[in-house]
Amino acid sequence: MMAEEEIEDAMPDWSAYRGVLIVVEQRAGIAKKVSWQLLGEGKKLAAKLEVPLYALVIGHQVEHLATEAIYYGADKAFLCDSPELKDYRTRPYSRICLKLIDVVKPEIVLFGATATGRDLAGAIGTHLPTGLTADTTELDVEPHPSRLLLASRPAFSEKMMATILCKQYRPQMATARAGVFQSLPRNTGLKAEIVRIESTMKEEEIAAQVLDFIQGHEKVNLEEAEIIVAGGRGLGGPDAFALLKELADALGGVVGASRVAVDAGWIKHEHQVGQTGNTVRPKLYFAIGISGAVQHTVGMASSEVVVAINKDANAPIFQFAHYGIVGDLFKIVPQITEEVKRRRKLGLSALPPIPSVPLETTAQIS
Amino acid sequence: MLHIVVCVKQVPDSREIRIDPKTNTLIRQGVPSIINFYDMHGLEEALRIKDELGARVTVVTMGPPPAEKGLKECISLGADEAVLVTDRGFAGADTLATSYVVAKTIQKIADKWGPVDLVFCGKQTLDGDTGQVGPGVACRLDLEQLTYVSKVVKVDEEHRRVTVHRQLEDGIEVVETSMPVLFTALKELNKVRRASLPGMIRAARYKPTIWTTADFPDLEKAKIGLKGSPTIVAKTWIPVAKAVNGTMIEGDSPELIAEQLTAKLWEGDLPERLGWTS
Ligand SMILES: Cc1cc2nc3c(=O)[nH]c(=O)nc-3n(C[C@H](O)[C@H](O)[C@H](O)COP(=O)(O)OP(=O)(O)OC[C@H]3O[C@@H](n4cnc5c(N)ncnc54)[C@H](O)[C@@H]3O)c2cc1C
Ligand SMILES: Nc1ncnc2c1ncn2[C@@H]1O[C@H](COP(=O)(O)O)[C@@H](O)[C@H]1O
Repeated sequence: MMAEEEIEDAMPDWSAYRGVLIVVEQRAGIAKKVSWQLLGEGKKLAAKLEVPLYALVIGHQVEHLATEAIYYGADKAFLCDSPELKDYRTRPYSRICLKLIDVVKPEIVLFGATATGRDLAGAIGTHLPTGLTADTTELDVEPHPSRLLLASRPAFSEKMMATILCKQYRPQMATARAGVFQSLPRNTGLKAEIVRIESTMKEEEIAAQVLDFIQGHEKVNLEEAEIIVAGGRGLGGPDAFALLKELADALGGVVGASRVAVDAGWIKHEHQVGQTGNTVRPKLYFAIGISGAVQHTVGMASSEVVVAINKDANAPIFQFAHYGIVGDLFKIVPQITEEVKRRRKLGLSALPPIPSVPLETTAQIS
Repeated sequence: MLHIVVCVKQVPDSREIRIDPKTNTLIRQGVPSIINFYDMHGLEEALRIKDELGARVTVVTMGPPPAEKGLKECISLGADEAVLVTDRGFAGADTLATSYVVAKTIQKIADKWGPVDLVFCGKQTLDGDTGQVGPGVACRLDLEQLTYVSKVVKVDEEHRRVTVHRQLEDGIEVVETSMPVLFTALKELNKVRRASLPGMIRAARYKPTIWTTADFPDLEKAKIGLKGSPTIVAKTWIPVAKAVNGTMIEGDSPELIAEQLTAKLWEGDLPERLGWTS
């Protein structure tokens, strides 16, 4: 035990390691959104540490993505562009990352927690070696001199959060979940250096061959959705989900559900929000005919704006709602859909504020 | 004959873990221990390859002594040998330290039962939930690595090539590579079989091979257990849904309510950020 404490206390000298590196993910020249989200988050970390934010773009005919990375906040973009890098393959991609990490010596490296990001980060972290925190949803840094990355992630099926540190190795690495962090607005006025780096493997040296890619049907991606219209037992059956779908379409969002609605077979499990479903953080969440059980609210309470519609004024969901409506969903939801369509068509801006009653007062009245 | 190693881990079924609403802590008592279900799909695929082409299937786990129970379950399904690596020194391992010990064990398995052609890991564990041990083991053993495998299309023993489907977020990648290779298994891979009666009888009598640090003379102590783990859990907390002081929207008709709600939503910059204005 003594030995461990000694190790804990003595922080090695990491002054050679400076900067935050984001590994950009792309397919066929189109970047994954998570890459820009990580640049947005990375910018904050880099500012706190007073270091540059780097982006690494790997692929074939992807120079435009290095430019895009700069528009999204990178202070310098590294570009490795070569025919054998057209498709992601672990060995050539990981070697390029390792080479760059060796030369640039960033103190933090972040990847998207996607299949590709996890595949790549797992290989690199072991090779270096260093600590790697998976699937983070909150990132922060301690200021100089510790400069530690505080990488927080859900654990035990999202029931718990844990903050994970890596004191004894550099760089500190993490994969980060898509849809959690905010990208900066794309600013085409930004200019920065693009540094080309050489590919490290020849095609003949690479065993893996990508034979085909079968584009999948768009699965509902609740975790990345900005607008979710969710329904529960109050819908009374599968048909009412059509009403929710219409509202979701009008808003440009996707449909979610409570477990009761999923268990009843009204909608597929991939739509479920909550403890045993998806944890979501949209900008706008509608909870319709959902009572607001704790297993549901842990999965949606980080939403920016919550609208609850329930005929029971005492439903717990109202405690988590920014806007609450007591009433029959079958009457109200179609009207909201119409109103949304009308406003979007007219491009109406804000109307004069409307007097409203605070939540608690109403709860007492009823 | 092909030699396939399957990495399995016994995990608390975290889907069953509840939160004590009074103390706001996790209730782990009485939570059943299961073999991580992705690992079971890895085992099933190994057994299917065995059924089709003939293969030796060895399962391995690093964990405390009760993990023996899980290994016996693997034997009852049709695995040939099972190895438990267990030692107090392994406790507290993160993914880097785990992949070190598992890789060392696979090397030792190869020494004992012959070279390894295929390794299966699960996509991720229910407790660690990282999906990092698989790539870690592949890296340490210098194996080809194909993660998120949803289908094994072909195992070509003669040319030592394999073809699989990898299920990614946006579609399926069909990819081919050379053996030796490590796969990480998805549940789409197959349907796990039930134990046969002869399997159960064999499992009841079967004693897994047990190795401790003493069985690995060249194991570097600084790379195992807590000491070999770069990541440190500094803090844990249970997220609680925060109540907000919201506004009730009332009106004499659904039309009026809808109008008021949308007016609220259209205040501020939300419409612009959500792309409703364009
Ligand atoms: C281990 C465990 C894990 C769980 N995981 C999840 C999870 O991941 N996600 C999840 O959602 N739940 C989960 N649950 C279930 C959770 O406890 C609740 O049972 C569930 O969330 C309730 O769903 P609901 O709100 O749709 O149904 P109910 O609680 O029955 O609520 C229905 C609501 O609809 C309202 N209503 C009815 N008719 C109308 C109408 N015409 N107009 C307006 N309102 C109407 C009612 O007033 C009521 O409030 C889990 C439970 C356990 C034990
Ligand atoms: N202690 C262990 N013993 C054997 N295999 C393991 C162990 N931990 C993880 N694995 C394997 O690595 C996979 C990924 O685990 P993880 O990185 O913890 O999500 C699991 O599905 C197992 O196949």
